[in-house]
Amino acid sequence: MGKTLYDKVWDAHIVKQGEDGSSLLYIDRHIMHEVTSPQAFEGLKLAGRKVWRVSSIIATPDHNVPTTDRSSGIADEISALQVSTLLDNCETHGVPLFRLEDKRQGIVHVIGPEQGAVLPGMTAVCGDSHTSTLGAFGALAFGIGTSDVEHVMATQCMLMTKARNMLVRVDGSVPAGVTAKDIILHIIGVIGTAGGTGHTIEFSGSAIRNLSMEGRMTVCNMAIEAGARAGMIAVDETTIEYLKGRPYAPDGADWEIAVEAWKTLHSDADAVFDRVVDIDAAQIEPQVSWGTSPEMVVPVSGRVPDPADEADPARRAAIERALTYMGLDARTPIEQIAIDKVFIGSCTNSRIEDLRAAARVVDGRRVAATVKLAMVVPGSGLVKEQAEREGLDRIFKTAGFEWREPGCSMCLGMNNDRLAEGERCASTSNRNFEGRQGAGGRTHLVSPETAAAAAVTGHFIDARTLA
Amino acid sequence: MEKFTVMTGLVAPLARDNVDTDAIIPKQFLKSIHRTGFGQFCFDEWRFMDRGYLGIDPASRKPNPAFELNQARYHGASILLAGKNFGCGSSREHAPWALEQYGFRAVIAPSFADIFFNNCFKNGLLPIVLPADVVERLFAEVAAQGGYCLTVDLEKQQVLTPSGEALSFAVDPLRRHRLLEGLDDIGETLLEADAIAAFEKAHLAKSPWLNKQAAG
Ligand code: SF4
Repeated sequence: MGKTLYDKVWDAHIVKQGEDGSSLLYIDRHIMHEVTSPQAFEGLKLAGRKVWRVSSIIATPDHNVPTTDRSSGIADEISALQVSTLLDNCETHGVPLFRLEDKRQGIVHVIGPEQGAVLPGMTAVCGDSHTSTLGAFGALAFGIGTSDVEHVMATQCMLMTKARNMLVRVDGSVPAGVTAKDIILHIIGVIGTAGGTGHTIEFSGSAIRNLSMEGRMTVCNMAIEAGARAGMIAVDETTIEYLKGRPYAPDGADWEIAVEAWKTLHSDADAVFDRVVDIDAAQIEPQVSWGTSPEMVVPVSGRVPDPADEADPARRAAIERALTYMGLDARTPIEQIAIDKVFIGSCTNSRIEDLRAAARVVDGRRVAATVKLAMVVPGSGLVKEQAEREGLDRIFKTAGFEWREPGCSMCLGMNNDRLAEGERCASTSNRNFEGRQGAGGRTHLVSPETAAAAAVTGHFIDARTLA
Repeated sequence: MEKFTVMTGLVAPLARDNVDTDAIIPKQFLKSIHRTGFGQFCFDEWRFMDRGYLGIDPASRKPNPAFELNQARYHGASILLAGKNFGCGSSREHAPWALEQYGFRAVIAPSFADIFFNNCFKNGLLPIVLPADVVERLFAEVAAQGGYCLTVDLEKQQVLTPSGEALSFAVDPLRRHRLLEGLDDIGETLLEADAIAAFEKAHLAKSPWLNKQAAG
């Protein structure tokens, strides 16, 4: 029987197979940030343990960092302490670190691929659930908690039980103007936020193959929102092209050998999946989430659901609760929902292609007078630099957007970028949980194009109708 | 890690599906660089009328009377009964820390999110999966009966109800063993240090680029 992509990468990293079904799995890459690492370093210190392979790690502060002027450091004392703790820990152990002043600094899941530090066939971990992003490279990548951050630092391994194989196949062509974000939101709407629990999802099909690496990362990023710890996409020319010449990618003779090896990183034709879901790409429309779970999505042309239509009492209660929290009436057309703020950023949609797409919508228009704040937060210093070279910053600023420094920002509001109670936001991030972007804040998940269109009109609208 | 063998405790119900880690411990508390002090902020946005922050005076807080766990009958609960997909969202281990430091030793639900489920075991918090209809029934029993307690027996892999009914649950044998013995995961893995080193040597020799360092 053939192997799936997941099987192949998993099997190549087994250090030891336990009799009880668990495996000791070798970890190639460990990416680290300030929030989930301090207690892990402290644990190492208390036990008198060393870091097993320092060169497997790259670290950067991202969750807590200010996105406004940083020349005088971080004003919030608690955030400043968390960031300086990361710097001290990295210095003590010799861990490579991109500091705040380094233009390579940015969101962990953006900078790893950008540096070529996540390669096909690798196992990669990070103390953050959206590590699934990196599976776009045919790597096995997943988020871990702080105990496992410490475990991987001390042992270079994870002790795990293998998940099941799930295939989500998106065949056909998406309609013009439908993005990677719409594809993944649609998938989550179909399979639900627990649809991939206990599985590793491989995304395949012509609509996935036709995506750029940026788009593939957007899809894998939200595998976790479908309940899967890891999402993966087979290696092809697009993957290889993207990696060529990146700082951590192999070069010289190694490059040729690596590329040969990477070309085997796809599921075999006779591989068997435990679960297969087929999605027709042609049916996907631009998506907008209306509730407090990423599965609560509808097309932008649709309406907020009516709990009265839901037969299942638990689901009906969840819809009612979400509508109350979101301050929405049943059956409201999505296009009639007015917004207060716009956030273009996060590890889902802050790469250069996302900013280009949003800028195309914004170009020559102005942020609507009713919108209190529209901000663009590039995923890394290098994305920011590239965007400025292309003049995207001017397009955004002329339109009335704020152009910020890289970081997680209003995706989770650990810094000062937050929604106030009751504020409604069109956001390109990945989670619309209660309070996610600020206590009492209301998040609608959308693509960069849809966020940009909402910014310039003040309400949700199909960006394609603005052309 | 503290051993987990048998415990009996008061049950508190949280009858909602998809309780996410942002709800269990909101982001502002993740700024702490410590491993303790999260219990007072567990479910902060649901539990209190005011907005909490690190360093807030606990005596100044206004509990939300509408939140289930604030009812006097559930004070001192050490078993949480919850809905489907409990713990979805982020990888923050602060979520099991907060639950454990609040006083919970076990969470019973029809299903859990993977990362959260994993993180629980590392912190002596036992996540127990029971069938959805059984959990439904437990919710009804908790509501009907004041002071409703359950006994969790990890050795026998059973939850015992006040009426003497034994509900079996599955648990990964390795995790069960480590919890029963209170073993330290890292110490256990390091017993394999030679095997890891040998694997690493061959692995990196075959694919040397895996260990490449970038200039600068
Ligand atoms: S951008 Fe948001 S989802 Fe991504 S790593 Fe940062 S906080 Fe997490």
